[in-house]
Amino acid sequence: MSAPAVTPSTVDTSVALPPVDRAPLRRLRRRRVLLQAACVLVTLFMGLPVYLIALAAFSSRATLNEFPKSLLPTGFSVDTLSSFLSSSGVVAAFLNSVVVGLATLVLALLIGAPAGYAVARFAFRGRDTYQLMLLITRALPIVVLSVPLAQLFLTAGLYDSILAVTLVHSALALPTTVLITASVFVSVPRDLEEAAQVFGCTRAQAFRRIVAPMALPGIAAASIFTFVLSWNEVLAAAILTLNNRTLPAQVLTSLADSPIAYRFAGGFALVLPALLFILLMRRYLLNMWGSTLR
Amino acid sequence: MAEVRMRDLVKSYPGGSGRATDEVSLDVEDGEFVVLLGPSGCGKTTLLRMVAGLELPDSGQVVIGSRDVTYLPPKDRNLSMVFQSYAVFPHKKVRANIGFGLRMRGKDKAAVDHKVAWAAELLQLTPFLDRYPSQLSGGQRQRVAVARAIVMDADVLLMDEPLSNLDALLRLSFRAELKRLVGELGTTTLYVTHDQVEALSLGDRVAVMRDGRIEQCDEPIAVYDAPASEFVGGFLGSPPMNFLAGTLVEGDGDGGGVALDLGAARVPAPAELAGMRGQAVVLGVRAETIGVSRSARPGAARCVVEVFEPLGSAVLITAELAGQRLKVQAANTFRAEPGDELWLDLAPEHLRWYDTSSGAALATGTSAVPA
Amino acid sequence: MTAARVERRRLPLPFLLLLPSAVFMLLLFGWPLFMGLLEAFRGPDGFTTAHWERMAGEPRFWEAVRNTLLLTAVVIPIQFVLALTMAMLLQAKPRGAGFYFYVWAVPLAISDLAAGLVWLAIFTDLGYLNSTLVNLGFVEQGIAWLNYQNPLSLFMTVVVAEVWRATSLVLIIVVAGMQAIPKDYDEAAQVFGASFWKRLWHVTLPLLRPSLQVALILRTILAFEAFAVAQALTGRNFPLLVGETYEWSVGLQNPAVASAVALVVLGMSMVVAVIYLRALRQPDSVRDAR
Repeated sequence: MSAPAVTPSTVDTSVALPPVDRAPLRRLRRRRVLLQAACVLVTLFMGLPVYLIALAAFSSRATLNEFPKSLLPTGFSVDTLSSFLSSSGVVAAFLNSVVVGLATLVLALLIGAPAGYAVARFAFRGRDTYQLMLLITRALPIVVLSVPLAQLFLTAGLYDSILAVTLVHSALALPTTVLITASVFVSVPRDLEEAAQVFGCTRAQAFRRIVAPMALPGIAAASIFTFVLSWNEVLAAAILTLNNRTLPAQVLTSLADSPIAYRFAGGFALVLPALLFILLMRRYLLNMWGSTLR
Repeated sequence: MAEVRMRDLVKSYPGGSGRATDEVSLDVEDGEFVVLLGPSGCGKTTLLRMVAGLELPDSGQVVIGSRDVTYLPPKDRNLSMVFQSYAVFPHKKVRANIGFGLRMRGKDKAAVDHKVAWAAELLQLTPFLDRYPSQLSGGQRQRVAVARAIVMDADVLLMDEPLSNLDALLRLSFRAELKRLVGELGTTTLYVTHDQVEALSLGDRVAVMRDGRIEQCDEPIAVYDAPASEFVGGFLGSPPMNFLAGTLVEGDGDGGGVALDLGAARVPAPAELAGMRGQAVVLGVRAETIGVSRSARPGAARCVVEVFEPLGSAVLITAELAGQRLKVQAANTFRAEPGDELWLDLAPEHLRWYDTSSGAALATGTSAVPA
Repeated sequence: MTAARVERRRLPLPFLLLLPSAVFMLLLFGWPLFMGLLEAFRGPDGFTTAHWERMAGEPRFWEAVRNTLLLTAVVIPIQFVLALTMAMLLQAKPRGAGFYFYVWAVPLAISDLAAGLVWLAIFTDLGYLNSTLVNLGFVEQGIAWLNYQNPLSLFMTVVVAEVWRATSLVLIIVVAGMQAIPKDYDEAAQVFGASFWKRLWHVTLPLLRPSLQVALILRTILAFEAFAVAQALTGRNFPLLVGETYEWSVGLQNPAVASAVALVVLGMSMVVAVIYLRALRQPDSVRDAR
């Protein structure tokens, strides 16, 4: 009935075409296989050591003394870990590490986030100087600070206290905290904050109701980063304390006179948070290093 | 230089809904300038990238000259390309940017310098050869991108919305320049744009795409005058083509003709549609082809003005015709007010007919689509 | 760090916001730095270089300098080649890229002490490497990788542990840098006939330069600070500068010499940073381009 128009042919069908050449496709597939193989190889190098330290930490004393050892979990046991945990000072050090980490997180955020907000939102004289100062402190070796600080804390009566370690860790984390929070605040559109102020919020209200909720995930990322920095820091903690050790300091100072099983268990205890941290932070890692370092 | 033949190209992206291109076939003849036109997401860029080798098709074939290049890496296809973002290397001076392709193909320095000088002269870039791209304006960077593409003596020149990042005035002047340049070089060119004016002005042929398919491919005038579907008519032209829905009925004329009943008005329909009496069809008519007068005339359809817009070169009237809205373009001396009664002449040679459900053009003598 | 729109104000609000952090940093960075300088040059009778002479007179100090520089010089090129390779593997979007990225990033959060202990489990006499070698029949008995009589293998174990631990940082910076480069540049290079290696040399590496520069400075300075890796793996058999500071400070209770050694580390860091910044400087015009 109806008479639809014939769409004009866009091709000349009378031309004989050469056959499809699949050789490049095969080369491409071969490349993909090589790519996967290379990725697996790198993953083995990066991942196998973590597996092995876990294996060692969960092996019984007898299995650890075997030779040659098997690379498969054979003698599963929590003996090694539990004897590590029951050796003197370890549990206290563990708790110290957690407390120092959390305190550092809070302190660095309390001092750093306002500065980050200022750097992100205001133009003022001295802003560049301030940022330069951040970069320099970031590059300052911890060791340069630790020795004189130990002296200072001795005179101030802070030596060998959790507070001393917290202060140093906060100082170490501060430049990064400022830079990360600044980049987080920059990413919260200025318009929204202005809109809130136009609709009757004060600056503080606008910050609390609009900016803070939007910045929260980024701030959380910065906090976790700070915690891990504190958790991993060995040198300052070891120099600044004697009895109130953090976990890494405890492990470091008892390395020389501890059995090898103790060291494996200690290594695993130190690695474990890293696995968790990176799992939580995967999405933020690139933003953090990408935007804050430029 | 060479012709490009695309055959049944299918490409779907993981996670994408449906096919980006759906069995698209198209020939670009040697030295021809073909424009791929369509709204965003219609598959035009995917098609271009498959010719470039930046995407590989799921199935189908691309032939350039007599060589199958379907799965060949881009570097081995002997193409050149102008990117939407220009992609002018920021760390290389203009000279190195223009000569980049030639250096990569292993041409000796003297030959490269000669070609670079030629292209720079052609695009008025000679004074800027030793500058970095950041020291150039957007328009100049665009020229660098074009210069880099034309020095290549490539088989095919590909352009992906090259003018879309320029401001309106620059775009207009560079469009003409581009047309002259490509015309002189005579390179086979495939050009992607979503700008219908650009497509009509530049292309030897325009392929209008929608949902991964080519709706129509023809010379610009033909695509504009005789859209193969409601979509094409609506996408091209400013304002777009008017579409009026009605039912075909027995004509008033002699010999049992056929007419479109629009309710208050009747428009004679071509005899080819006689067999469809009683069915609903859609009438398409371009705004500037409608005759308009203030006095009633036999055969003219009465309408009421809703909006009157002076556009400078012409006036645009939005009017209501028996419950349907249409736009009419009249000479810029014409005046009307909202509420005025006007009479419209719909000349048979300017009327196009479309199937109500599929939107495809119905074959009629007047709107015969060239085969 | 440029805010899209930065407002100009005469109010002291920004200063109030900055003040705590500035004071905090002055107290915990500026003050100890000053004190450290003072300490290193102060004797019972005022200015002295005695601490520096004592430091230089100790053969272990020079061994530590040599080890620190050697370790840095060997580890960093390996890390950059490895990190670039890994970043490009990820850019090629292999199946399971998310998982790979996770595993490759894990050492980022592992301290150098933990890294040393992890590799201790592998390299120790009855460890997993020797076990594997014996199981596969390559050797009859284990090899004493960590014996001080094998300085080369001792050095290599520290290198491997450092490469393992700190390549992730370079990887993250490089991947972030690569993601910031518009894909068009690489595609343009492909269309214009550049092979993989030419694209790497002419396009990817030059555009990555700012990221590589940051990574290089950061990594070198951090490499100077490594010490717990060596401590965990070798005890005192592979002295590094920061380890010496620790010994002088905690073991020998001599903060003056400890400060002097620490200042050597600081000096090396600063020299390296200046050299890198000069050597890798780009014309301003290029830097503005993106």
